[in-house]
Amino acid sequence: MPQSLNYRKESPSQTAGPYVHIGLVPGAAGFSIFRQELGQDIAGPQAPGERIRVEGIVTDGTGAPVKDVLLEVWQSDAAGLYPYGKDPRDADCAPDFRGWGRVITDLETGLWTFDTIKPGSVMGRNGRAMAPPINLWIVARGINIGLNTRMCFEDEDNSTDPVLNLIEQVDRRQTLLARRVNPGHYRFDIRLQGIDETVFMDV
Amino acid sequence: MKPAEFYQHDRLWQPPVHTPDCKTSVPRSPRLAMLSLQGSLSELTGPTFGHNDINPINNVLIRNYAKSGDPVGERINFHGRVLDENGRGVPDTLVEIWQANAGGRYRHRKDTYLAPIDPNFGGRGRTLTDADGFYCFRSVKPGAYPWRNWVNNWRPAHIHVSVFGSAFCQRLIPQMYFEDDPLIHQCPIVHAIPDRRAIDQLIAPLDTNPAIPLDCLAYKFDIVLRGRRSTLFENRLEGN
Repeated sequence: MPQSLNYRKESPSQTAGPYVHIGLVPGAAGFSIFRQELGQDIAGPQAPGERIRVEGIVTDGTGAPVKDVLLEVWQSDAAGLYPYGKDPRDADCAPDFRGWGRVITDLETGLWTFDTIKPGSVMGRNGRAMAPPINLWIVARGINIGLNTRMCFEDEDNSTDPVLNLIEQVDRRQTLLARRVNPGHYRFDIRLQGIDETVFMDV
Repeated sequence: MKPAEFYQHDRLWQPPVHTPDCKTSVPRSPRLAMLSLQGSLSELTGPTFGHNDINPINNVLIRNYAKSGDPVGERINFHGRVLDENGRGVPDTLVEIWQANAGGRYRHRKDTYLAPIDPNFGGRGRTLTDADGFYCFRSVKPGAYPWRNWVNNWRPAHIHVSVFGSAFCQRLIPQMYFEDDPLIHQCPIVHAIPDRRAIDQLIAPLDTNPAIPLDCLAYKFDIVLRGRRSTLFENRLEGN
């Protein structure tokens, strides 16, 4: 027998289930418990940048809205910096900027919305700049392991984005582009399955 | 410390997205293959939380929603460490939990199971790990409950656990099960996990050492997040 590698294995994921709101957004479950809920402040009022609202619907393979989904958001500030304590450039990140948020769908309509600032271009691997991205992580009943995707903006130059250009089927790249419906207002629908299925990533 | 790269998910260890015995996964699972991505800063960084975000009582579920007394049920402490695959504790990371009450009923407007709500139990807690990755909660043991999958499906007693780690790509929601629960191996959600050893990793053993005599029992549950790859070799992540 060779030596053991002695690594541990990652804990296996399980679905967040239908009552994820209790743990992560209890107001939506119909009760309040803690003074302060987390995830409502992606970009505080002092954070510079263009204020935007993003909304959308997650649909399943039959086209029906998924009404019990929870999304988490992770993004950079307007200059493309993440508020990440271990990064030496953290000190340069915008003030009053958390970069992380948590939203759920309306339990009746399936619509979700979050208010933030538009992120800046982020430095990607090997010095190749990425078009401004918002990372999304999606959990719900029926989803065994959180689904990662990212949203880019249709009104930015996405032509050289190193992630979008990895998608072999060119027509699928548009599934990651948020549509500008009004100034400062974007629509990003996510299709879990079927026609125009959103590109999800194993990161 | 610069953002580091992480070991890949082992996709043969993790549940796949499409598991027909869990009926809801059938329309909610992507049909096309995921795009495999080498992590960028967007995935290798993540949010941080501090003691300003939570209150010390947030991890005491037998107190944090008590109105007129203690909740009904088997009093338990459960504790453990958040580790990475290298066995290092993950410090200062947010752990959030939610669960049903002792009768298997959730305090959620969509839960219509006939077992009653406990007026002194909310079913939600959160805490930060300490400098060595340790966390603990006080609660009552949740009950099993039925769900509409096959007609006679019952979830084993479980506690949902949500963990962050230091990077967004470590984000994870497992469920904790209790040692020797016969429902574990009848549950299609549990068996979405293909490997029996992986299932065992979600089963918390009874741990009498930290049980408080004449007060409560204890269970131990370690959570493992993806490991951080040290830069043995050149790391060109940031283009330098």
